Amino acid sequence: MAAQLKPGQGPLDYGSRLWLKILFGAIFFLLYTPIVTLVAFSFNTDKRGIVWRGFTLDNYVKAWNNDALIEAMVNSLVIAFFATIIATFLGALVALMLWRFRFPFKAGYEGFMALPIVIPEICMGVALLLFFSWTGMTTAVISTPWPFNLGNIIIAHVSFCFPFVAVVVRSRLVGFNRQLEEASKDLGASEWQTFWQIIVPYMKPGLIAGSLLAFTLSLDDFVITFFTSGPETVTFPVKVYSLVRRGVSPEINAASTVLIVITVVATVLAMKLQAPEKSGKG
Amino acid sequence: MTEPIVSIRNVEKKFPGGVIAVDNVSIDIAQNEFFALLGPSGCGKTTLLRMISGLETPTSGQIMIGNEDMALTPPNKRPTNMVFQSYAVFPHMTVAQNVGYGLKVTGVEQSEIKRRVAEALEMVKLSALAERKPDQMSGGQRQRVALARALVKRPKVLLLDEPLSALDAKLRDGMRLELTRLQETVGITFIIVTHDQDEALSMASRIAVMDKGAVQQIATPAELYEHPKSRFVADFIGKVNLIDAKVLSQKGKAITCEAKGLGRVEVSSDKQVGGGVAIAVRPEKLRITKTEPKSSAIRLQGTVRDVAYFGDTSHVLIEGKDGLDLSVNVQNETRSGGAGVERGQSVWVHWAPEDSIILTE
Repeated sequence: MAAQLKPGQGPLDYGSRLWLKILFGAIFFLLYTPIVTLVAFSFNTDKRGIVWRGFTLDNYVKAWNNDALIEAMVNSLVIAFFATIIATFLGALVALMLWRFRFPFKAGYEGFMALPIVIPEICMGVALLLFFSWTGMTTAVISTPWPFNLGNIIIAHVSFCFPFVAVVVRSRLVGFNRQLEEASKDLGASEWQTFWQIIVPYMKPGLIAGSLLAFTLSLDDFVITFFTSGPETVTFPVKVYSLVRRGVSPEINAASTVLIVITVVATVLAMKLQAPEKSGKG
Repeated sequence: MTEPIVSIRNVEKKFPGGVIAVDNVSIDIAQNEFFALLGPSGCGKTTLLRMISGLETPTSGQIMIGNEDMALTPPNKRPTNMVFQSYAVFPHMTVAQNVGYGLKVTGVEQSEIKRRVAEALEMVKLSALAERKPDQMSGGQRQRVALARALVKRPKVLLLDEPLSALDAKLRDGMRLELTRLQETVGITFIIVTHDQDEALSMASRIAVMDKGAVQQIATPAELYEHPKSRFVADFIGKVNLIDAKVLSQKGKAITCEAKGLGRVEVSSDKQVGGGVAIAVRPEKLRITKTEPKSSAIRLQGTVRDVAYFGDTSHVLIEGKDGLDLSVNVQNETRSGGAGVERGQSVWVHWAPEDSIILTE
């Protein structure tokens, strides 16, 4: 007769083991303390932002009144907005092509398409910087009026965002029942009608998830933006970096907190929309 | 037969890689027929159906619908509609939107769509669920949506690909009746693909039995069952005892042959036959007696090997001479009797010579 397992002793009952609980606690502490501190100190009254002196919302007001900071934030949002639209469009087309067609070197193309996901950001930043200066785009674009002077950054952001959209949309398309397409044609719809009325609605959760992902990636990108931005085209992460070099102020904490909230909300939405449906196979 | 609505002439389909899915098939289907394509899986019946709908193009041959060659007509321009095996109900649309889709994309007026969708939903008894989404529905209900969606287009021909295979047994019986009723009320030609012989026999007015891409026989259900042309058809439609025999002589219709396990027997056939044949006889045409029958019946003495009880009937397996096994269906007519035989018992099996079918192929 086998010995009876006591509750909490099964191989998968790890939640009830003390040392594992401690390990979990330590990991969470290390991961989240800096963020929690940042958010907490955004409500601090102390100017240097090192010692806790009391609760205030003044930092948010000050951040709001800091024109340079707001300008950077607006730049970031405009860049993210356009980069997201273009990246979603390109990514969706890439996903459709890889899903729908067979062509020579498809596997190779698929690998190349995903390269911006794995390539070190610093390399991509340098490459884009060289590309823009060689083609003369750096000077040409930066001298145009706002928002056209953000063009280079938008192009740079599109180039690293669209593979993420493509991957998300593609994985959505894998579950598509080809008979839906056949049924649509059988019922009298043209290729074009089938695409807009059957395939695009099916892709929609993937498109939304992919675009939110692209939006967050673009919004908080630092390395690539740092290489491709000019003096007139500072984005929020780049601005924060330059401010921090002159000392941390609670304003930055406040602005960063706002950025965290935007990113977290977008990510949560993206994950929700990307989750596989529980039922409803065509 | 009146002018055929669908005429398939010498159609062949070769897939890349050289597999011949449909091999020189010619079928004429009349207006208002309930036609079944029946065969084991991989026999090419679904490919043939898809070629009629236009989703697949024939390698050679011609398909005519309503006297028009369909070679250059894409699926969305053909007067056919299909009920898919997976139903292919659009998941992001409500029932009413699904049913109205085929009308909307062809530019039918909004008020007309509303009227016809309501009518079609009425026909399949789904009016109450018009605003539901497909993921809140059962398989049977989704199938009705697929059916209404196809019928609302008023096609000349409705194509059904294994429509009952995904339903459970009880639902299947109900749907079978409903499909025949629908076919009679709407007056549209139905072509159904199935691997289930019961389905084909009970619903279709005519059946084409297919095997390995070729049509084996086209006939009414009763004719297929009682006058199969080949061993394959006899074996595929219902159960059959096949007995190898050698023809010794033929005088008009009367044939004398030497059959395995039976010795010399007299049977009759309309055709001129010679050499090796098979005597086919259906299990329910056989009788079991304990003493030797006195009639002119074909007879055989054997031992009961197995009795399988099915409620309404019992299937008795009898082992005769020379390794000849015969299965006999016995009606359980009384509550106490059962098959009336026991395993190991020695019995006589006999049947009327005219119940034997002589098969040459």
